[in-house]
Amino acid sequence: MKLVRHNHILTGLPDTYGRGRIVGDYRRVALYGIDFLIEEKKKDLRNCGDGTMTDYTIRLREEISMQIKALNEMKEMAKIYGYDISQPASNAREAVQWLYFGYLAAIKTQNGAAMSVGRISTFLDIYIQRDIQEGTLTEAGAQELIDHLVMKFRMVKFARIPSYNQLFSGDPVWATLEVAGMGMDGRSMVTKNDFRFLHTLENMGPSPEPNLTVLYCSRLPEGFKRYAAKISVITSSIQYENDDVMRPVWGDDYSICCCVSATQTGKEMQFFGARANLAKCLTYAISGGIDEKTREQCSPAFRPIEGDVVKYDEFMPRFMDMMEWLAGVYVNTLNLIHYMHDKYFYEAAELALIDTDVRRTFATGIAGFSHVVDSISAIKYAKVNIIRDETGFPVEFKTEGDFPRYGNDDDRADDIAVWLLKTFIGMVKKHHTYRDSEPTTSILTITSNVVYGKYTGNMPDGRPAGAPLAPGANPSYGAEKNGLLASLNSTAKLPYKYALDGISNTQTISPDTLGHNDEERTNTLVGVMDGYFDRGAHHLNVNVFGVDKLIDCMEHPEKEEYANFTIRVSGYAVKFIDLTREQQMDVIARQAHGKM
Amino acid sequence: MQPINQQQQPSAESAQPLSSFPKGGNNDGHESLLVHSVESFGSVDGPGIRFVIFLKGCAMRCRYCHNPDTWEQTGGELRTVDELLAQAVRYRSYWGRQGGITVSGGEALLQIKPLIRLFRKAKEMGIHTCLDTAAQPFRRDSAGFRLFEELMQYTDLILLDIKHIDSEAHKSLTGWANENILDCARYLSDIRKPVWVRHVLVPGITDDDSALRHLRSFLDTLYNIEKVEVLPYHSLGTYKWEKLGIPYTLKDVPAPTSERIENAKRILKAQ
Repeated sequence: MKLVRHNHILTGLPDTYGRGRIVGDYRRVALYGIDFLIEEKKKDLRNCGDGTMTDYTIRLREEISMQIKALNEMKEMAKIYGYDISQPASNAREAVQWLYFGYLAAIKTQNGAAMSVGRISTFLDIYIQRDIQEGTLTEAGAQELIDHLVMKFRMVKFARIPSYNQLFSGDPVWATLEVAGMGMDGRSMVTKNDFRFLHTLENMGPSPEPNLTVLYCSRLPEGFKRYAAKISVITSSIQYENDDVMRPVWGDDYSICCCVSATQTGKEMQFFGARANLAKCLTYAISGGIDEKTREQCSPAFRPIEGDVVKYDEFMPRFMDMMEWLAGVYVNTLNLIHYMHDKYFYEAAELALIDTDVRRTFATGIAGFSHVVDSISAIKYAKVNIIRDETGFPVEFKTEGDFPRYGNDDDRADDIAVWLLKTFIGMVKKHHTYRDSEPTTSILTITSNVVYGKYTGNMPDGRPAGAPLAPGANPSYGAEKNGLLASLNSTAKLPYKYALDGISNTQTISPDTLGHNDEERTNTLVGVMDGYFDRGAHHLNVNVFGVDKLIDCMEHPEKEEYANFTIRVSGYAVKFIDLTREQQMDVIARQAHGKM
Repeated sequence: MQPINQQQQPSAESAQPLSSFPKGGNNDGHESLLVHSVESFGSVDGPGIRFVIFLKGCAMRCRYCHNPDTWEQTGGELRTVDELLAQAVRYRSYWGRQGGITVSGGEALLQIKPLIRLFRKAKEMGIHTCLDTAAQPFRRDSAGFRLFEELMQYTDLILLDIKHIDSEAHKSLTGWANENILDCARYLSDIRKPVWVRHVLVPGITDDDSALRHLRSFLDTLYNIEKVEVLPYHSLGTYKWEKLGIPYTLKDVPAPTSERIENAKRILKAQ
């Protein structure tokens, strides 16, 4: 395990920072008050087990006790601020305040990699609407409440180790907060409060936090779709996720627990598992598991490819074996980490706001996705020559001939992409996962694609050693030859059912490509999203700006206009000036979709 | 204003009538179009999101042309109408109520026979069709006029480029006079075919106030103009001229200032 970690074929593991991704149902504090929640947990404690003290029961009883303790501490914390949250909130102001105390308790006790807020917008709207109707609150007052709440989310700051920032640049909190979505009964869940949350970006300017997520569906009210698109055009601060693919799996009250991953609010928790670098897995399949950087035998000594050409029929069984091995060691490592995390850094405050009988998912992930797809395509459709160094180690590949690439709506490449995803999650599912959790996977890299790329050698698709991997499920740099929609069509082919933890896609579109003015741009963007999500795609980060702006911002970060210049990267938003120069270069290299 | 390279100045006699092009080869049955490129995501060539097909071949030699690589009637890829439509409908989910297919160029009218076929089939499939043309091959008295009439049955919208209202200036800019182009505009008005007029604004060449006013008063005589678009000149296509080894005569011409763009929009009542 240490060997795979040290050779970066598994990276970003949550073993030096809080695993995060657990969303307490902070609404419960406002809705029920702490006293009721404590009573309910006490009932659960009494009902726990059948009287025989098994491992399972002992652990659960201890956890419930910790949760009750956390609830009491929440009450005490609120008292320090002068509030009594033992009873339910009686108006909108209290509802916002009570809910925030729940969240504050979570972030004071945990420095999780993602500390999401959850689906609170429509819930709060009920209180606000009642107060407005009773004449005790004005619309301006309501907006102010939401502005203040968002201000609090923007202010969260954790003290973290430097290596965290290398992986997840800009030190994100992932205070992810959802708006919109449809109910199971077909009604839209858009409320005025959804507009208020988006409006904070106009009132207070763009900002990375909270990570505002629109649960999108082409049947949402036109006015809301257009408003969200308009805010995207102006601020590039929103991400979109397809409610139509998530609702059937998670119901209509799910939250986004990290960047893009759904979880039923108050009913589930997730064991976050970083990602396996499948790009490296592919080079290992050729070298027989000797790492291209450290030259250590990392995997068991499988048979390498011995000839001068990577032949498809020789390569595929080796790649399958290597992936099987990697999936095994990956799941094992995560089992260990989460056992220890539960034992030594239990998220009592968050789990106190989740049902005791909690459903657990086990979220694995894939890095280097597009490079593996294109490399397999090169091996299949072109001739991949191996260049070996004096020791006979395969250091470089020279690919002759043309081959289809993922990102062009070409089924030959896109079928490989679907196969890869399905095969990998199938291998993960073969293994026992900690606490009988349900394994899922994601194609999502955050900004860690840069670090992963650094440790990954040359690849048959032409990606040079050390170059950043394409982020998330994005096609490789320069692979897209048929424009934005062809690229979106390729990504939309990846079935969400194989990657229930999310399929992240980040696109940068130059304003001129979207239209001549903001109205045209808004309409075009709505059309792009309607089309993309109706095809069953999962996620889209939308950035609207030209490359010149990025370059100018990199060269002149001191300019006032760039102080809050926010861009979407795989799964979250970040201030561009907070990225490392390498990551800035990487964002710029992923050329904006534009045309003459 | 000096006309460009005399050798490239086509004479009126060589004006091509409306006819199918390219001749011979697989194109005999008018099944195929000679395509320069396609773009899955066109959002500035007609309403909504559009699949844009750029065809090869154009007789005009506009000095500011940013696609000189579409001029020649050679190269490119011969693609059947069915193939193009099959590719286009892969993007149908993005079109919504407004989008569809736009055929641009080069000069699309030079391949009018397969174009009719493409648009007819598109209409059968319920797709909005838009033609982006400078109407240079248009002649009411030519045999091809009947074909143009037929094409109009299957065309929902025309983006008509009017390069310059003054025929002399038009000739100096593009190599061709503009009487037939203005006549095309009148014909389209007569049949009430919706038209968006496009005017590229080049400082010192097409942004003169009196010419703009003249153009507007011409448009005021027409009944079918839904929109006027002012397209600011840019030099992003210059590298293509260098690559093709054609001297670029507008090297020192800057992009228009925002004041001049606003001025042109005001005069032309553009959006």
